Amino acid sequence: MRYLPNSPADRQAMLAATGHAHIDELFEQIHSDIRLKGKLNLPGPLSESEILDFFRQAASESSRDYVSLLGAGAYSHYSPVVVDALLSRGEFFTAYTPYQAEIAQGTLQAMFEFQTMMTQLTGMEVSNASLWDGSTATTEAALMAMRVTHRQRVVLARTLHPEYRQILLTYVQNQDVTLVETPYEASGQIDLTQLESAVDTKTAAVVVQSPNFFGALERIPEIAAIAHRKGALLIVAINEPLSLAVVNPPTDADIVCGEAQSFGVPVSYGGPYVGFLTTREKFLRQMPGRLVGQTVDTEGRRGFVLTLATREQHIRREKATSNICTNQALFALAATIYLTLMGKAGLRQLAEQNLSKAHYAAGELRKIPGFSTPFAAPHFNEFVVKVPGDAERLLEKLRNEKIIGGLDLGKYYPELANHLLVCFTELVSRKSIDRMVEECRQFSA
Amino acid sequence: MYPPEFLYTKDHEWIQVDESVGTIGITDYAQKELGDVVFVELPKPGDHVGSGESFGTVESVKAVSELYSPVSGEVTSVNNKLQNNPELVNSDPHGDAWLIRVQLEDRREVEKLMTAEEYEAYIAQEKAH
Repeated sequence: MRYLPNSPADRQAMLAATGHAHIDELFEQIHSDIRLKGKLNLPGPLSESEILDFFRQAASESSRDYVSLLGAGAYSHYSPVVVDALLSRGEFFTAYTPYQAEIAQGTLQAMFEFQTMMTQLTGMEVSNASLWDGSTATTEAALMAMRVTHRQRVVLARTLHPEYRQILLTYVQNQDVTLVETPYEASGQIDLTQLESAVDTKTAAVVVQSPNFFGALERIPEIAAIAHRKGALLIVAINEPLSLAVVNPPTDADIVCGEAQSFGVPVSYGGPYVGFLTTREKFLRQMPGRLVGQTVDTEGRRGFVLTLATREQHIRREKATSNICTNQALFALAATIYLTLMGKAGLRQLAEQNLSKAHYAAGELRKIPGFSTPFAAPHFNEFVVKVPGDAERLLEKLRNEKIIGGLDLGKYYPELANHLLVCFTELVSRKSIDRMVEECRQFSA
Repeated sequence: MYPPEFLYTKDHEWIQVDESVGTIGITDYAQKELGDVVFVELPKPGDHVGSGESFGTVESVKAVSELYSPVSGEVTSVNNKLQNNPELVNSDPHGDAWLIRVQLEDRREVEKLMTAEEYEAYIAQEKAH
């Protein structure tokens, strides 16, 4: 592959054709105050072997041999090598859906299967072919609920991922939309009494996350009843969808959306991930994003097509159901391959492993004087632990032992200073848990 | 072809005014341009529509198009038959496939609309383009 796109002579020829004397003339619309002057502050060029060496060393310094207890919307799971091997095939290797989609039957079939699996997991009737990520999928779900109900008010659980709440606010802050937050109760779940009084007949949707940001499972049937009594929709966001292998799917919801990164996509630095959105068939026409359908050709052979594309932005412009329906075809494919490999039994086994590790860790931590797990609600692989003393100091102590000890909740919830959000997936061994517990015991002493 | 008792808009809607209630639909020309209609999205009785404003959408295999109201007023009824039989828009656009009925707010709005004869001349011109 060549990394030098064009020579100075090529550039001169292009400038002559467009009638510009210098390339800077093309950037004149950008105000001079914010235009970069001079060169980027980067070291000089390196040879290929030097670059590889540089990154290998940086990687070994930062991530090797660390045990991570970080979850909070990004989950470290083992991804079988087959996932990457298939993903990197040339036929598949793009994040986009092809514009002349029906040519790429293989891509369409993979998306169709992604949709099928998402509906099987969430208990909904229809799914789109993926969205950008969990946060934007949740925002898209709220916008969709407003279109369905013709209402402009959304009630959010304070236990919804703080960054998801920020993203929604960014979208609607200049529109005539009211966002209301409902607090959580002592169990770590949304306060149902407060929710009841927050939801009125102008409310388009109630948005909750389950497992919520504290790892606690929300009481979906009760929340659905409160929303539906006032004609509002219930949106359930799920950012650890592995939980769906052991937890009842939220079938009382109207839209189930979230993040499918857990399924074969590495945590990276927070992205790229893959969002999903599933709903009831009656809301199909208000669902954002692409949808792949199965049909037959003139000779009766099975084929796949994009359906309802008339509502997408390249056809319907400003009236489209979404203006970022960019899907994440490549990572949706990763999730499809991952789920196919795991199968129903495999996924359940994996989820049970996550569940028992987290519950074992919670039990051990509770035995340490001063440590407690304040929220009594049932949890999956993630939970909150209260620390005696400065949480940042404990995190530092754990880091020295190559353990990334979870998320300090005080940054997002001031009332939860010195509370850590910790996550135990199948990648955290029993030995590592015991090592972490031992560090905590020393900290408490 | 185009009923003389209807009035027409440049957006290819028709309205039949009976006392102060107007029945609204799309024209035969419009349904032909759209192709096979697969879905019709209509407002609810009690909703308010404004003259020249969108009150719903009609979706064909080719595109989703806005429906524009010829008059202002409150929607008194909607044609629920279209929910399950959107193809009526293709087979009987001037009859069974009426879309909504509106309680007229201002009868003068009707005076600006085209007669059947004027509308036919208008679409002849459209076709020529």
